[in-house]
Amino acid sequence: MLTAPEWAIVGLSLKVGAVAMFAALPVAFALAYVLARGRFAGMILLDAVVHLPLVLPPVVIGWLLLIAFAPAGPVGAILQRWLGITLLFRWTGAALAAAVMALPLMVRAIRLSLEAIDPRLEAAARTLGAGPIDRFVTVTLPLARPGVLAALVLGFARSLGEFGATITFVSNVPGETATLPLAIYAALQEPGQESTVWRLALVSVLLSLGALVVSEWLMRRTSKPGSAHGV
Amino acid sequence: MAFDIALDLVRGERRIALTFATGAGITALCGPSGVGKSSVLAAVAGLLRPQSGHVVVDGVTLFDAAQNVSVPPEARACGLVFQDLRLFPHLTVAANLHYGERRAPRARQIVGFAETVRLLGIEDLLARRPATLSGGEAQRVAIGRALLAGPRFLLLDEPLAALDGALREGIMAVIERIRAEFALPMILVSHHADQVARLADHVVLMDTSS
Repeated sequence: MLTAPEWAIVGLSLKVGAVAMFAALPVAFALAYVLARGRFAGMILLDAVVHLPLVLPPVVIGWLLLIAFAPAGPVGAILQRWLGITLLFRWTGAALAAAVMALPLMVRAIRLSLEAIDPRLEAAARTLGAGPIDRFVTVTLPLARPGVLAALVLGFARSLGEFGATITFVSNVPGETATLPLAIYAALQEPGQESTVWRLALVSVLLSLGALVVSEWLMRRTSKPGSAHGV
Repeated sequence: MAFDIALDLVRGERRIALTFATGAGITALCGPSGVGKSSVLAAVAGLLRPQSGHVVVDGVTLFDAAQNVSVPPEARACGLVFQDLRLFPHLTVAANLHYGERRAPRARQIVGFAETVRLLGIEDLLARRPATLSGGEAQRVAIGRALLAGPRFLLLDEPLAALDGALREGIMAVIERIRAEFALPMILVSHHADQVARLADHVVLMDTSS
């Protein structure tokens, strides 16, 4: 079984992962909606930018966050001045780093489910008297639900594994930013911590496996044929 | 005039031009497949915007290119029964039926829920999902959904095409009862001469040159 400090590490990881996925959700949904439905010149560029965290070295993302959110940085200065908060060396910063890294995966999952929605159903809702927001809430959103759920699970799983951007942005502070991967890394640096590494690694495997199985199951339920386009 | 319609529609490579004015009852819109009958219904419902022309139903202008009038589909009070039905897959039959009903002003409603369900014989289907319905059942639910939305007129796109024998007879009887009981102007798309002969009060022919 886990020791009390190890439970605290697991608890911190779950908290960071949960906050990251819910914080990223509205952004991911908005981006997915624009990418699935929009038709404008900068689409390819926006798509590429959204996918950047998937291919950039995480340390670069962490460094960019550090520049932006440092007390003198463009965003950090505003947060410090108006809200009196900083994300540096805080678990909230770890959640932000995790959210940024999870964003592309979440956008992908939601976009797939939005693209699978038959636009003819929205046209039918129109003829039945539903305005734009009404249609969105009663037709689009419920039909996109499997993708949104899959995005949450995938985002959570990705957040649990976040390492490079987090350690660069908010460092490895025990009890504050030392999530599972960071704590495992720290334990590896110290002799005699092998059993801790084993236990934390096992927890990581179990959590990630569970999340992937759930998300795969959700995605299978959402991918249905018959998404022809028309009036 | 129930329907006073002049349309000039461009769909991809094709151009559809059609003008007709018909009185009360059922107007049958006939012509070969691919001639653009469904596009005409979509334009009357407001889902397609014609290049020019006008759509006037029972004296109410829904579209007029010259006057720059175009009432959005959600405000046209048009009961459109799509050829592909388009029942909401995530809702039960009952929720599908209520969808338009809940959004229609009370003054516009022509028939109640219980009466509609009885008229169409779909009492036993209310708790089911559209995916579990047969073609004839789904067709009746789609007609019911349109009727309950407080329509000022009905547009029926091949409501009999997917059905055979007794089912087809059942739907034809329903359409005749709707005409008799609610006095709704209707456009019926069909390419079966026998159905047209039995149901239509007016016939509009479309061909590739129209």
